[in-house]
Amino acid sequence: MDMEIFINLTYVVASVLFIIGLKMLAHPDSARRGNIISGVGMLIAIIVTLLERQVVSYEYIIWGTIVGSIIGAVAAYRVSMTSMPEMVGLFNGAGGLASLLVGWAALYMTGNSTFTSFTIFLSILIGGVTFTGSVVAWAKLAEVMPGGAIVFGAQRLVNALILIGIFVSGALVTMDPSLNSPQFYVLVALSLVLGVMAVIPIGGADMPVVISLLNSYSGLAACAAGFAINNNVLIVAGALVGASGIILTQIMCKAMNRSLGHVLFSGFGAVKTASKIEGEVRPVSAEDAYLILEAASSVTFVPGYGMAVAQAQHAVRELGELLAKNGADVTYAIHPVAGRMPGHMNVLLAEANVPYDQLVEMDDINPRIDSIDVAVVIGANDVVNPAARTDENSPIYGMPIINVDKARTVFVLKRSMASGFSGVDNPLFFGENTRMLFGDAKESISRLVSQFKH
Amino acid sequence: MEAVYLTFVLMLSIYLGFELISKVPSTLHTPLMSGSNAISGITMVGAVVAAGMDASPLANWLGAIAVANGAINVVGGYLVTDRMLAMFKKKVAK
Repeated sequence: MDMEIFINLTYVVASVLFIIGLKMLAHPDSARRGNIISGVGMLIAIIVTLLERQVVSYEYIIWGTIVGSIIGAVAAYRVSMTSMPEMVGLFNGAGGLASLLVGWAALYMTGNSTFTSFTIFLSILIGGVTFTGSVVAWAKLAEVMPGGAIVFGAQRLVNALILIGIFVSGALVTMDPSLNSPQFYVLVALSLVLGVMAVIPIGGADMPVVISLLNSYSGLAACAAGFAINNNVLIVAGALVGASGIILTQIMCKAMNRSLGHVLFSGFGAVKTASKIEGEVRPVSAEDAYLILEAASSVTFVPGYGMAVAQAQHAVRELGELLAKNGADVTYAIHPVAGRMPGHMNVLLAEANVPYDQLVEMDDINPRIDSIDVAVVIGANDVVNPAARTDENSPIYGMPIINVDKARTVFVLKRSMASGFSGVDNPLFFGENTRMLFGDAKESISRLVSQFKH
Repeated sequence: MEAVYLTFVLMLSIYLGFELISKVPSTLHTPLMSGSNAISGITMVGAVVAAGMDASPLANWLGAIAVANGAINVVGGYLVTDRMLAMFKKKVAK
């Protein structure tokens, strides 16, 4: 059989495996097998490419694969679940850089049409933006650089100039795809700068959106690289990833009641004048909290990023088990943007052995929240802030929240009375039915656990 | 004609992607993201061609670096997704 046809048929098989794998990811029971199926698709796609007529030497391929695989495997096994957003960000960046380089190398292939040159331009642009954007997102998440929005006066002007520069150099490269031309290097440099400029004005609380969006870009970059080297499997796989990233981005934006444009182009308005909240805070001791929990017949935990920081998830699971043994109905209510990436809390709780059928979504818990005896808020703030419902001046007004203030009793575990990530005051803390359990979240939970064991 | 054909593939794939992903529950969004991220490492296929083709050594070097980055993306992405998914368990009847 003609080798070319064989390779392309194998690519079709690989694409089908990706699709089946993604489909199986839709349920926790089949998700793991789905991921393996998709991995098999990847493996055969890469192996069959070695048979490609153009591939004449293997040393570069072997060395690149060995080095990359070792780095990837070590990183995958060593990363903690708390820092998963950083890890995914870096993997995204690696994919983006690969697409940029594939686009670059495609310039060395002979007989490129104008359309191909145009897609080479796109693959360099999207790949470059994905690469540096991901690195900046990683730096913000890992707190290597300040997590807040970096905004300066002439930002829009500078960005506009960068975009103009990219389109001019891109057009020149498209029309004359000669190597080592100055416009080519300008294009590469500006694409990299654009990635940085695109992510620095985005504040830490918006990181779930950025990570999702960069995920989408990494797919689109692979797509563009597929056009550049005329390869179907890159286009199919890239488009699947691009679509998945866009859907996640939309979900995140919706969960924050903000448009994508607003997230991307305006730093989070923490300086807006929210109505000043005054009231009395009612602290509670672990002993009293225990008595209330002990009598509760339904308890829901509402975790936020603070739980990850305090590494409290294992203690929380232990408390949950004790409560369940005590006859209470225990659930974990998870807001779509809790944590630093979509689904982050779910992974942390899964790591702590919380069964996934106890994890409930915001839309499931809200209709029945007023029948919940105790809602325990652990390290979450904005996602349970009733100001989002009531205070039109609040910067988070309109954002859907978990209405814990409507539960019969709310415990808020909090280190002290500082405001949350977005710097917004939270009237929940002053609520009639709210009790503040001050101290480190992990210690507070552990104290409750030991009360139960007595 | 080539361009039209490739665009056709692109459009169908995007539509399929939307259909598939919108069915994933939010519980699995992190593994979905890292798993789809691993799929975006497919660009490694292009990198393999670039690293192995008969062109200037510079092109091969670019290809080799691209292969390495693609491999980080692919290997790391699939392994970390598997590690996460292994943790998702149903309630065991005691």
